[in-house]
Amino acid sequence: MTDKQMTGSEILVKVLQDLGVDVIFGYPGGAVLPIYDALCQQNSLRHILVRQEGAAVHAAEGYARSTGKVGVVLVTSGPGATNCVTGLADAWMDSVPVVCLTGQVPTHLIGNDAFQEADTVGITRPCTKHNYLVKDVGDLARIIREAFLVAASGRPGPVVVDLPKDVVTAAAAYTRPSSPMQHPSYNPRLKGDHERISEAVDLLAGARQPLIYAGGGIINSGPAASQLLTNLVNMTGIPTTLTLMGLGALPASNRNFIGMVGMHGSLEANMCMHDCDVMLCVGARFDDRVTGRTDAFSPDSHKIHIDIDASSINKNIHVDVPIIGDCGYVLEHFIKLWKSRQARCDGDALDRWWTRIDEWRQRKSFSYKPSDTLIKPQLALEVLNRHTSGRDDVYITTEVGQHQMWAAQFLHFEKPNHWMTSGGLGTMGYGLPAALGVQIAHPDALVIDVAGEASILMNMQEMSTLAQYRLPVKAFILNNRWMGMVRQWQEFFFGGRYSESYMDSLPDFVKLAEAYGAVGLRATTPDELEAVVEEMIATPRAVIADIVVDPDENVYPMIPAGAAHNQVTMSPDEEVVLDQAHREEGMVLV
Amino acid sequence: MPVDEKKNVSARKATIAVLVDNEPGVLARVVGLFSGRGYNIDSLTVNEVDASAGLSRITIVTSGTEMVIVQILAQLQRIVPVHRVCDFVTQGLHVERELALVKVASSGDKRVEALRIADIFRARVVDSTIGSFVFEITGSLDKISAFVDLMRPLGLVDVSRTGVAAISRGPDPI
Repeated sequence: MTDKQMTGSEILVKVLQDLGVDVIFGYPGGAVLPIYDALCQQNSLRHILVRQEGAAVHAAEGYARSTGKVGVVLVTSGPGATNCVTGLADAWMDSVPVVCLTGQVPTHLIGNDAFQEADTVGITRPCTKHNYLVKDVGDLARIIREAFLVAASGRPGPVVVDLPKDVVTAAAAYTRPSSPMQHPSYNPRLKGDHERISEAVDLLAGARQPLIYAGGGIINSGPAASQLLTNLVNMTGIPTTLTLMGLGALPASNRNFIGMVGMHGSLEANMCMHDCDVMLCVGARFDDRVTGRTDAFSPDSHKIHIDIDASSINKNIHVDVPIIGDCGYVLEHFIKLWKSRQARCDGDALDRWWTRIDEWRQRKSFSYKPSDTLIKPQLALEVLNRHTSGRDDVYITTEVGQHQMWAAQFLHFEKPNHWMTSGGLGTMGYGLPAALGVQIAHPDALVIDVAGEASILMNMQEMSTLAQYRLPVKAFILNNRWMGMVRQWQEFFFGGRYSESYMDSLPDFVKLAEAYGAVGLRATTPDELEAVVEEMIATPRAVIADIVVDPDENVYPMIPAGAAHNQVTMSPDEEVVLDQAHREEGMVLV
Repeated sequence: MPVDEKKNVSARKATIAVLVDNEPGVLARVVGLFSGRGYNIDSLTVNEVDASAGLSRITIVTSGTEMVIVQILAQLQRIVPVHRVCDFVTQGLHVERELALVKVASSGDKRVEALRIADIFRARVVDSTIGSFVFEITGSLDKISAFVDLMRPLGLVDVSRTGVAAISRGPDPI
């Protein structure tokens, strides 16, 4: 307990230390010079200097998602803050706990169009969970604590704290509070309603074709929730699918795991979604990439939805039993009730359900036509998966596009928090800075950014950050010389008119790696692939592996926009025929 | 069973009270939510109601399907400085009032007629010149709209309406 006068910058550093923050991703500038001055006079808070502010937020996201802790960003006013907007929107959509500290011009200049002034609070309001403008140094410590509470609790999300330069230079007394913070209005509900959970247990026990559909909420609830999900799945034998955000919540090797659901999910997962009679949705939000056409979504099922955010319930799909609460709490309670009632699904019915699922499984919806001359992107990921499975220190990030979907299909995750991808916002350029953040949190782990050549160029400058901190991140580029997913949609829906989707004048990624002090590798034929993957993994430095893949490959299976879950396109040889109305509806969907 | 309620169910009106911390930007959070997610605002009033606790009360009249209204309530509840959200339609009986200032400029018979109708509607004259009146009228939305319509041929110049204020009936708060 001290009551000594400190400057705002010193208070900020002290509060961050007291909150257990060990690393900040940031970039200095005029408005935050006093804070940077305070940072360099201490040793417990490590600052990682990125090369563009947007990358700082993605790095903080990678750090947060791989550790479960809050990721912290520090940037300057104006362009520093606006460069962060994409990352904040990304963290908002994917519910990632990030606190972003932005500099601001002195309070007396706010509104005067001062140099490097932007209305940061106004700009970031719709893409953050909450934001603050600190106007008095006396409020600073409380607001920082509140920002961490809001970011990390309930449904996590990004919080911005805007710090005018005069506030961080003013002096105030600082006292470390003795009790944890209580917020007067913000109070997320953790425990689900008992009666609803009881109703859900009865409903699931009466199911003949049950399905568990789990998402990122399980991961956000912590590793214990993933364990509870696994217990429930093992106990009941119910087929279980995961969303893109939920991969790892149930081990991929679990025999009840039927693959990812959604637009590029497995045939068995999507058919189960369509045909099930009771759906238990845990921490997922019936996103449009999962549901396809909402009026044809799982038409005959009763739905139970567990979510910490009341606004996720009944937003897209009407559910029969809503349970508002933390996935972990609710699952624990659910399992207790299930056991005490000695509940179980009808064994014969479940067997028949599994027989049908196995038939769908046997159609091997992720299969592809192998080639002797061209590296199929799927093959590259199969090789990568073979070389990384069995290790529990492998963390995968991705960029956005075809490679992301293939990574979700072909890489197998046994644990939560090992898979970092931009799901909701779909941010190209996410993967490399996110991998940087993961590697900072796990210095000895094998961190791989599965990338496309188009996406990675959006944040290529972070190779320089990798060099500065000697971070041995591996960029595994599936280089098809196209914006692959754009090209795929143009092929399917725009008559093959490939408008601006060709990546011309690409850099030589091997030389580029060398220019950044990293190691560059390249595989152009299938017989070179194995050795390149092995060398990449064995190299104790940053690596760019340029895997030159078949430029014409598309992601299958695919539920075209406007189609239902049982209208899956499996390969180039077959096409779902949609009636005109649904085709037109699909065209306007993203 | 799945029903696409957004499409199949008709819209209803909702009067929503939101109790918030009286701090800068809180109104922008609420209004931004409505514009950002494409909800309607038919009427909006806001003022501090408890200075010692620093609380303001926002009353919003909106419309949408039941699914949308429930979504609006949940989204409002999610805003950090929001203490309480109440939908009067589902919470039971309540009173709604609006105040309007109505300026009418006319002479002769029309001026007399305006005063006579104002009397029927229990509107008060709060400003008067040789050629004009400003009426103050309080009541339900319908009553105010009816009064304004009647004033139109009698020299209506301008109307300033406050938007709806609402409070529940009976002894309990909200």
